[in-house]
Amino acid sequence: MSATVAPTSTPLPARQRGETLRLLVRNRIAVVALAVLVAFIVVAVFGKALAPYGYNSVDVADRLQGPSVHHWFGTDELGRDVFSRVLLGAAVSLKVGAVAVGISLVVGVPCGLIAGFYGGVLDDVIMRVMDVLFAFPAILMAIAVLAILGPGSTNAMVAIGIVYIPIFARVTRAAVLPVREEVYVRAARASGASDLRLMRRHLLPNVLGPIIVQTSISFAFAILSEAALSFIGLGTQPPHPSWGLMLSDGTDFINQAWWMVVFPGAAIFVVVLAFNILGDALRDTLDPRQRSLIRNARGA
Amino acid sequence: MSEPLLRTEALRVAFPVHGGGVVRRTVGHVRAVDGVDLEVHRGETLGLVGESGSGKSTLGLALLRLVEPTGGRIEFDGTDVTALSRRNLRALRRRIAMIFQDPYASLNPRQSLADTIAEPLAIHGLHPGRSARARRVAELLEMVGLASELGNRRPHELSGGQRQRVGIARALAGEPDFIVADEPIAALDVSIQAQVLNLLRELQRELGLTLLFIAHDLSAVEHLSDRIAVMYLGRIVEVGPRESLVASAGHPYTRALLSAVPVPDPSRERERRRILLKGELPSAMSPPSGCRFRTRCQEVFEPCDRIDPALQDVGDRHCAACLQHGLIGDPDARGEDVGAAAGVPDRGP
Amino acid sequence: MAPLLSVHDLRVRLGDAQVVNGLSYEIDAGETVAIVGESGSGKTMSALAMLGLIPRPPAVVSGEVHFDGAELVSATPAHLRAVRGAGMAIVFQDPMTSLNPVLTIGRQLTEGMEVHLGLSGRAARERAVELLEMVGIPDPRHRLDEYPHRLSGGMRQRVMIAIGLAAHPRVLIADEATTALDVTIQAQIIELLGRLQQELDMALIWITHDLGVVAGIADRVLVMYAGRVVEHGTVDAVFDAPQHPYTRGLLRSIPVLGQHADALPSIPGTPPDPENLPPGCPFWPRCEVRADDRCRGEVPPLREVAAGHLVATFEKERV
Repeated sequence: MSATVAPTSTPLPARQRGETLRLLVRNRIAVVALAVLVAFIVVAVFGKALAPYGYNSVDVADRLQGPSVHHWFGTDELGRDVFSRVLLGAAVSLKVGAVAVGISLVVGVPCGLIAGFYGGVLDDVIMRVMDVLFAFPAILMAIAVLAILGPGSTNAMVAIGIVYIPIFARVTRAAVLPVREEVYVRAARASGASDLRLMRRHLLPNVLGPIIVQTSISFAFAILSEAALSFIGLGTQPPHPSWGLMLSDGTDFINQAWWMVVFPGAAIFVVVLAFNILGDALRDTLDPRQRSLIRNARGA
Repeated sequence: MSEPLLRTEALRVAFPVHGGGVVRRTVGHVRAVDGVDLEVHRGETLGLVGESGSGKSTLGLALLRLVEPTGGRIEFDGTDVTALSRRNLRALRRRIAMIFQDPYASLNPRQSLADTIAEPLAIHGLHPGRSARARRVAELLEMVGLASELGNRRPHELSGGQRQRVGIARALAGEPDFIVADEPIAALDVSIQAQVLNLLRELQRELGLTLLFIAHDLSAVEHLSDRIAVMYLGRIVEVGPRESLVASAGHPYTRALLSAVPVPDPSRERERRRILLKGELPSAMSPPSGCRFRTRCQEVFEPCDRIDPALQDVGDRHCAACLQHGLIGDPDARGEDVGAAAGVPDRGP
Repeated sequence: MAPLLSVHDLRVRLGDAQVVNGLSYEIDAGETVAIVGESGSGKTMSALAMLGLIPRPPAVVSGEVHFDGAELVSATPAHLRAVRGAGMAIVFQDPMTSLNPVLTIGRQLTEGMEVHLGLSGRAARERAVELLEMVGIPDPRHRLDEYPHRLSGGMRQRVMIAIGLAAHPRVLIADEATTALDVTIQAQIIELLGRLQQELDMALIWITHDLGVVAGIADRVLVMYAGRVVEHGTVDAVFDAPQHPYTRGLLRSIPVLGQHADALPSIPGTPPDPENLPPGCPFWPRCEVRADDRCRGEVPPLREVAAGHLVATFEKERV
């Protein structure tokens, strides 16, 4: 071990308040993605107010009409306004994404924390369980869970949430391993801190970066998964508007009414893409080494 | 002389080394601390000097059981530290505090400085209540020479010297009796080192602290310490009062160390005759048989490879583990698993 | 006869920070010059700038560095590449990160030889063994095929020195080369470099913050503070009669073996931030002398106060 190191002239780059946002804003594409997601949330929350028609306003006379002034996205096979259903479907996607990711976080992060912190047998046991869960293809797992719980969007949220627990556990554990060795953790232990305190106050705040990135990405996958499950009839049940369900319905009419497929499909595509872009951008800005690269590129 | 506040007896800390392969095998142990008997008296500053691989930092960590001893005993104020339960260990960690070397790594970057300093208070339930705690934090900041407004800042906003002061404030928060300072000034700029040394001296006097000052910088150690102990490859090779150790060292390693320390005086430097050590530090997994220093010693002679020297008196409260002073030690053919317990010397009060 | 290396008014700017603010000195073969300073003094930057190791832009480098008949600040990248290693070599502080962990020692040694010496294959290996012997590494032939992680810190630093010497440099720059080493190993390395310097008739520039080391190895000393030279003279002159308040303060604040004082007189405050320098003398905020009204607003120029002894302070002008 070396005896001493000459003091460096500048301390390691550190996080300043608001710096994350400022650095993020440098990335133009990320800004666009962020704007899209903000719009998504606004639409999801205020959908009812924004939608010109209800989600189930059937008007058989007007069925399968193309996009027009009255119906921007056209109508479906029951004469319902596709635009309104897309807007209201956003709420479903947001809810499913949030609840599913929420479940994964609440279970996965503590598992990763405990496994990473204690190591040894506990680590082995927890991570082997996670490995088993992870080995199943996500959709098959979700289907299995729904077979037990029964179909419906609420159960879909739970199923998807369970499926994504292992990834959060892994990401958290990987982030915990280096932080666990940090001197300030040892210093807190030297002051008499309990394990719980160490995990809560010293480990968790310092591993948030990768967890946040994973949250963004998992949100995208959750929305996609819900669409897939609804597509095969296991998720949101008709007549509730879910983008996946709309896709499924639309495939039957794809030759006569392309708008029934294209618009919900585009909605899924745009939102998922935006979450992924945001996740990547966050990863770049939150990684301390990348931060200094971005700073230096500024021309310091 | 006062009775020792802290004592170790044949303390050992060994780390397993794993071999490669599919199944993890233990191929040996790094004997970082390999049989250390140490005493620190109430109110004194004991300097612990050693180079890489000496085990001095590991020893410091073991005293708080931040690494677990694998043999021997630690006694603090009459209590057997090595046998303490977890709950009682927490109470102990209020009475013994630690200052760490790297001011950039020893503070949680996500916590305000006030929260960092107040952590021992929160853990041990001291100064309960928001305002009482805030007062104590302000008091501590002042004690280490920092403005109390700095409490709201985060570590990255401060310089290295300031961060180290925060580390000292944190160590003092729970009003400890004993402080282990592990290389507290090594990572600081030269002009700041003197400031922090002065601060430590002042605080020790004012608060009546007992200090174990672990460092590789012999000049700084000599400046602050009452007694000095020298470690080599997991053992204490010499211990004695500051002046006596520096003026008439009893162990060849201490003499080499003293001769290697550069002095900022060109004429003295020109006249110096440096003792250059041969070779490299031996492996801590299998130290040399007999005296572990013999592979590098310029004064090695016949019995050195078969007797492991015990600490012997070479002056007033001053002992060194070298066969030059007498053939007292543990005769052994190989360096494997030998306890230095045989021939426990009379070390005086 | 022109000196081997001559630096004239070297300045380096990085963004808002003037990290080197007018550095001038000369050095000849066989001489050892020590550049002393703390964080933010600019001592390392100056060496990197000389060798063109700081990317420009973003750095802005001005001034002149004359070496071996050519000027380096305005030199082409090709010329600088030729100078690096063969004319001037630099040994860095941390051998753990300065050596490539996935290349053997031998490979790292022979890398530069092809370019600078036109040696390859067996000839290069022989030279590598020679170099390892020169720096005192036992069993050099076997070492060639070992990886850095198998060597101790002291050994690695010796390998770094061997790499530095591989192409017969005229000037060797040691940048905190012994700071991370144990003091007994440091003594060995210092002795080694002194011996090599004599044998190879090299000029040695030693960059460090350790005044004890400086006292033992330097002929002349430059003290830097906040990018400027504040004192420059022979080692005896600077240590026995320091003229600048910073030098004096620094010397007094170092604990010295065998001298036991109560409290160490220390310089108050902290080394300055290169992006936020005060308008006048950079040392003013920490100075206990403050001899003159000009100190606060004007930067004192570097002036000769005795033969070969320069200092940048208004304190001495009043005489």
